[in-house]
Amino acid sequence: MNTEKKIRVLVAKPGLDGHERGARVIAYGLRDLGFEVIYTGLRQTPEEIVSAAVQEDVDVVGLSILSGAHLTLTRKVIEKLSEQNANDILVIIGGVIPDNDVPELKKMGVSGVFTSGTSIKDVGTFIRSNLP
Amino acid sequence: MWEDWKSLIVEMRKGSVRGLARLITRVENREPGWMDAMQMIYPMTGNACVIGITGSPGAGKSTLTDRLARELFDRGFKIGIIAVDPSSPFSGGALLGDRLRMKEVSTLDDVFIRSMATRGALGGLNLSARDVVKIMDAFGKDIILIETVGVGQDEVEVVKAADMVLVVCVPGMGDGIQAIKAGIMEIADIFVVNKADQGEADQAVADISAMLELSSDETSSQVPVLKTIAATGEGVLDLVTIMLKLQEVGRIRSSWHEERIKEEILSLLEKEVAYILRCRWDQNGNLDQAVKQVIARKKDPYSIVQEMLALMHLQ
Repeated sequence: MNTEKKIRVLVAKPGLDGHERGARVIAYGLRDLGFEVIYTGLRQTPEEIVSAAVQEDVDVVGLSILSGAHLTLTRKVIEKLSEQNANDILVIIGGVIPDNDVPELKKMGVSGVFTSGTSIKDVGTFIRSNLP
Repeated sequence: MWEDWKSLIVEMRKGSVRGLARLITRVENREPGWMDAMQMIYPMTGNACVIGITGSPGAGKSTLTDRLARELFDRGFKIGIIAVDPSSPFSGGALLGDRLRMKEVSTLDDVFIRSMATRGALGGLNLSARDVVKIMDAFGKDIILIETVGVGQDEVEVVKAADMVLVVCVPGMGDGIQAIKAGIMEIADIFVVNKADQGEADQAVADISAMLELSSDETSSQVPVLKTIAATGEGVLDLVTIMLKLQEVGRIRSSWHEERIKEEILSLLEKEVAYILRCRWDQNGNLDQAVKQVIARKKDPYSIVQEMLALMHLQ
């Protein structure tokens, strides 16, 4: 019987882009690395994502964004997390993110940005080494 | 944040969703002191009605749970949902996707959804599902819906946790003989034939009804069999009406009440004793020693267990 502490990760797709292949690959890959992954599907609002993150008491929120709206959407998610007193949740991002935007995302409070070509193992290692 | 259990429980009782969620995590992880915490919580429980929703994978349990929760929410009930999905037996990880199907209620206040992985527990639920029910009850939920993992024929743990069980079937799953087998077909307080827009729905209803008529238990013939199409919401209104009527008649499984409490005590004891012994044997090396002796064929597992029981004066 396995009752050790499991790391819980919410994989969410905010905004309007309808491509979830990447999000599914990540969700599946993290599952195989031993994480408990909650996948909420396409077209989620920041409010929905934060509400799910709080109810599920996740350690990590992973946002998959391909639409180009990553700055606006991420800022909203992080603001809502603060409102819920939930800044301790690690926020990471994947998708199509131009290098130039990475510093601004980090300034908002994003811990890691993973663009295409990232190996899932690296994401898993990053999460494990960045949680308390 | 809320390092000690007591302040966490106080926070939860004040209505903090974050406090509730954290408390569930810590109990689920069996953190030190969890049993003392449950002792504090127990007196605050006993008000919620617990409804189990079970059935085969892909029968539409999550979608139906979503519709039921919405209908009950609209009638003014505070709803908690526990949605269980399987853990991987290989990696220990899990992909919890029930929330994805709960579009109606996942954004509503007063509806709290918690996805749980089985973490190796058999029987369709998670080891701590019953504790989580109590925590949600103490939080003030009126109705708690437990959606099991997709089950086969024999996973009936949900009966032990719920006051009322819905067994969700789909058309075309088998003939009248499937319907009279033992196991899951015996635990329903209500049968739901979902995806009723597919052919053979009436045949499924007929098979189940015929099975109920064959039963030697007279109350069985009164078990309702309903058709729904969870995807559109058709039939859900009737289902909710019947559920609430059954609930009014009294906790319909009240005859099982003593049995349930007995089973809960024994199962807690069993888990704790096994856990404590395992830790002790792991630490003092007796377990490793025993494994080596069996591999070398100097001893067998049966005599090892008897020796260990004798050491504890249990035999």
